[in-house]
Amino acid sequence: MTLFIEQCLNGLQFGLLLFMLAAGLTLVFGIMDLVNLAHGSLYMIGAYFAATFTAWTGNFLLGVAMALAGTLLVGMALEVVVMRRLYGRDHLDHVLATFGLILFFDETVRLIWGPAGLSLPLPSWLNAPVQILPGVYYSAYKLSIIIVSLAVAVGLYFLVMRTRVGMLIRAGASNREMVGALGVNIKLLYTLVFGLGAALAGLAGLMQAPILTVQIGMGEIIIILAFVITVIGGIGSIRGAFVAAIFIGVVDTLGRAFFPDLLRMVLSPAAASTAAPALSSMLIYLLMAIVLVLKPEGLFSAGNK
Amino acid sequence: MSGWLSARTVTVVVLLAALAFLPVYVELGGSRFLLTLFTRIIILAMAAVSLNLILGFGGMMSFGHAVYLGIGGYAVGMLAHEGIYSGFVQWPVALAASALFALVIGALSLRTRGVYFIMITLAFAQMAYYIVAGLARYGGDDGLTIYKRSQFFEPINLSNKTQFYYICLFLLYASIYLVWRMVNSRFGMVIQGSRANDTRMRAIGFPTFRYKLTCFVIAGTLCGLAGALLANHTDFVSPAMMYWTRSGDLIIMVVLGGMGSVVGPVFGAVVLLVLEQALSGITEYWQIILGPLLLLVVLFARGGIDGLLGRVRHA
Repeated sequence: MTLFIEQCLNGLQFGLLLFMLAAGLTLVFGIMDLVNLAHGSLYMIGAYFAATFTAWTGNFLLGVAMALAGTLLVGMALEVVVMRRLYGRDHLDHVLATFGLILFFDETVRLIWGPAGLSLPLPSWLNAPVQILPGVYYSAYKLSIIIVSLAVAVGLYFLVMRTRVGMLIRAGASNREMVGALGVNIKLLYTLVFGLGAALAGLAGLMQAPILTVQIGMGEIIIILAFVITVIGGIGSIRGAFVAAIFIGVVDTLGRAFFPDLLRMVLSPAAASTAAPALSSMLIYLLMAIVLVLKPEGLFSAGNK
Repeated sequence: MSGWLSARTVTVVVLLAALAFLPVYVELGGSRFLLTLFTRIIILAMAAVSLNLILGFGGMMSFGHAVYLGIGGYAVGMLAHEGIYSGFVQWPVALAASALFALVIGALSLRTRGVYFIMITLAFAQMAYYIVAGLARYGGDDGLTIYKRSQFFEPINLSNKTQFYYICLFLLYASIYLVWRMVNSRFGMVIQGSRANDTRMRAIGFPTFRYKLTCFVIAGTLCGLAGALLANHTDFVSPAMMYWTRSGDLIIMVVLGGMGSVVGPVFGAVVLLVLEQALSGITEYWQIILGPLLLLVVLFARGGIDGLLGRVRHA
């Protein structure tokens, strides 16, 4: 039972992390109609920045803050230099151009930090387990990831739905020319939105960094999951991304944890241990297939477009 | 349509002839390495030609095409691992497995369009990647070495490099011919019509879903054949063959060469892989050059190489 609670929390934590990636992706797609494969690179950059700045300053929180600001700046620069030229073009162009960016970012990181991975050590106050229920302990760091991500999700909701900037963002999504004609600096707005998406990806990356190693290609692995989430949730919908991200996070984590045991009840132990890794990694894609058969446009497509 | 002696026709003929005479040049004292490099180029060109059928002509932006390279390759690798070396078993299995996968994936993915289609084909290809990486019996992540190439009847010997080169080249020419015939047939017209305006095609009575699915399966099968060749070429298969960046490479070849041009992908494959070879000779960090180069092609040279050669585009 303790294990089950722990795995549920792990799933929630993973899901929230995925949400931050998927939110940036879906925000940029919904507003600028831009497919950004290089979103995973920003996730990687966030992690590398955090590892480097923490090592420089010797202070985890300071390092994290600097990394966040750094990713925001990289994102905004990227928008001004490259992405701006891609708006209004074919999606295939987006895919190719951002694929080129991935090659560029991966190689630049290899050039600066070398091919070996980095690690981001946690300060001692985040490293200890805390008691969440009587007799149930959970990693303080993972718990803080859950809290921070939930705060970000709520903040994002308020920003988009309840503030003036959010209103402009939504207006810009539905009619770019009209908003521009009303005297809003739409270029600056887009740069800010892209920077926000980049900072979210960077935050996800740097929060994941102490759990996994910081390495080249880390973004490419996780970005596929973010795609699956945006497809399930409906492209352009932040609400959909949130629901789908938690769902995928929990299913994937629980699937990996308990699916082999379930399989062992049906199959022989040898066959189960052969089939389990392959089948549990298939699980989320099967889910995606089912959602697509029932609702080809995703769960929340009509809601927030 | 500027007569027979246009820059484009000349380049195509020169390229195809140069490919045919490469082994002769190698025999006369060229580097053996050229033969290995160009065998690889020809196999990947075949994969790009098959992708072009759905991407360039059908407008289906599949970002998971390398999965068929992997399926075709693993069909050969797994059967060889189980002691079945006959090409008459291996190759049909490779083709059938690719076709079946394409049928299932296509039937699901073609329900959607646009970005959804890109992301779904990508996700399904990754699914296949993780499944194969989880197969401990067949090497898992580390891949599988193939100790014996596919066996055919007597005079055919795939271990002979020159012979293998010509077999690959023959199959490349055959697939170009196949695609050319298909594109100019009624079937191809329906596919291209559906790219231009799917709603209108359906309104005049074509069940475009069935046409597109058929096209998707044919492209997947053709790429599966390329996968079987690739496994024989490298004597090794690994999940990396179908990693999503490999699919990206195939798209680059198609776009670089010129989308919707039958021979374009061959240009693309030759240029990309030769460039890769040349750049990696200059610096270890060659992708730092390739990435921005790609960006520039997208931003400023959309017709690809075939476009630069002045092919008239029928939009």
